[in-house]
Amino acid sequence: MNDFIGSIDVYLSAIWQTLFMALASLVVSGILGLAIGVLLYATRPGHLLENRVAYTVINVVVNIIRPIPFVIFLIAIEPLTIRVIGTYIGVYAATFAIAIGASFAVARIVEQNLVGVDPGVIEAARAMGAGPLRIIATVLIPEGLGPLTLGYTFLFVGLIDMSAQAGVIGGGGLGEYAITWGSQRYNWTIVYIAVATIIVIVQLGQFVGNRLARRALRR
Amino acid sequence: MSALVRLEAVSKSYATPAGTVTAVQDLSLEVAQGEILGVIGYSGAGKSTLVRLVNALEKPTSGRVFVGDDELTALPEKRLREVRREIGMIFQQFNLFRSRTVAGNVAFPLKLAGVKQPERDARVARLLDFVGLLEKAHAYPEQLSGGQKQRVGIARALATDPKLLLADEATSALDPETTADVLALLKRVNRELGVTIIVITHEMEAIRAIADRVAVMDSGRIVESGPVYDVFAHPSTTAAARFVATVLHDRPSADTLTRLRAAHPGRLVTFAVPEQKGFTGQLSRAFADHGVENEIVFGGIGELQERSIGALTYELTGADAAIDAALDALRARGVDLVEEVELEEQTA
Repeated sequence: MNDFIGSIDVYLSAIWQTLFMALASLVVSGILGLAIGVLLYATRPGHLLENRVAYTVINVVVNIIRPIPFVIFLIAIEPLTIRVIGTYIGVYAATFAIAIGASFAVARIVEQNLVGVDPGVIEAARAMGAGPLRIIATVLIPEGLGPLTLGYTFLFVGLIDMSAQAGVIGGGGLGEYAITWGSQRYNWTIVYIAVATIIVIVQLGQFVGNRLARRALRR
Repeated sequence: MSALVRLEAVSKSYATPAGTVTAVQDLSLEVAQGEILGVIGYSGAGKSTLVRLVNALEKPTSGRVFVGDDELTALPEKRLREVRREIGMIFQQFNLFRSRTVAGNVAFPLKLAGVKQPERDARVARLLDFVGLLEKAHAYPEQLSGGQKQRVGIARALATDPKLLLADEATSALDPETTADVLALLKRVNRELGVTIIVITHEMEAIRAIADRVAVMDSGRIVESGPVYDVFAHPSTTAAARFVATVLHDRPSADTLTRLRAAHPGRLVTFAVPEQKGFTGQLSRAFADHGVENEIVFGGIGELQERSIGALTYELTGADAAIDAALDALRARGVDLVEEVELEEQTA
């Protein structure tokens, strides 16, 4: 416990780092993944921007990258991280890697939620003379917003998980704190404090997400 | 009246894993300005494809489609979008935007057409007033009943003052009473706003209620078409007769015929009742002239589009030659009659 009190400033900045990594990568991968996911949905056969080649290419890329275990992806993407961020350690490098890796998972979440949007409303919009981009922006995404919000909430939990793994490459955050101040010093109190903190963050994220989704679904 | 919609030898087929499916086959059709055309057929007859060819949501495999002065089959997609803004469409499942309020749904096509505020709000209010839902402007679709949803659908479809309204099974998800309300509203749209309407349905009752003309579709073709009264009074194809039988119960069904035959050993003949007076007297005289005994065993006379319509089934007894002569004499005078021949596969 004394170790914990001694490391309280490290702990507090670790919380901040975890939140930063999760939220910043949520925004970036949320936007990037939305774009890829919408493309996946729209280029499917029979959909708004039907394009077999584009669909196949995007689909294969997503399928290749998504199943790579994140710890390995972090290392594999290091050359790119260095080129973009200038270093492969630290919070920014980790955020970059998380955002890129998560984008592909988001793409699938988005695609699957959009598939659930009633094709009838898309047809109605087409019958009114709306173009594909207009339909995507003003019909498809608003109609799918409820499930999308739940999908993004699910994603947030995943991003916390990824941020902890990023601690392995010196990404900082509660993951690194639990390892360097906790397990490596056999200080289980610190490990469990880190765990408890992560649980609280996840619960808060879930709570906010559920509230937003309920508002979008009006339930 | 000039044709607002014209289809010339239009075919539409789809490639499916099971092979090529032809939904619409060599179909030609004209819809006059200001009329309500009913298109009836069973599911799979190609009705929905037909209506989607008219607003170019589907492109025909061959043939040409005209709406007004535009040949849709010759226009690029960008121009087609403008054409679609001039054509309203309503759907069986209403297809309202759940993420928008009633007013937001009606405003959507106006936004597409570039109608600015406050003109947009004024138009939305006027449309909702027309369909009787002004007080629901700020409700969401899930707070409405089916009939209300369809009325919102109609208001939305009329937002851009279209000349043409396509109704794809618009009442099929509604109960009979609500169906009558929605059909009455469509009739108002036609009569008061002068909107030409194509009603796609599998319910003959809807055709009977509002259509001026009916086209019967079967296996991708129009097998029979004409003014509603004529097709109801004298259906010339089995498909049409089957639909007519669903609303007019004046012709005996197969089961009824079996029962009638058991009770009546004579020859059974069904006569379509024309509008002119003195029809049964005419029949009685013809039977008397040839010494044929007769008895009415089935039938009824009702009303369609404020005209009498019906059929009467007679049992005729006497010498076969005499009966034949009587029937021939009636046929010669233009009487529409069908002998209910035994073993004939009469379909209900």
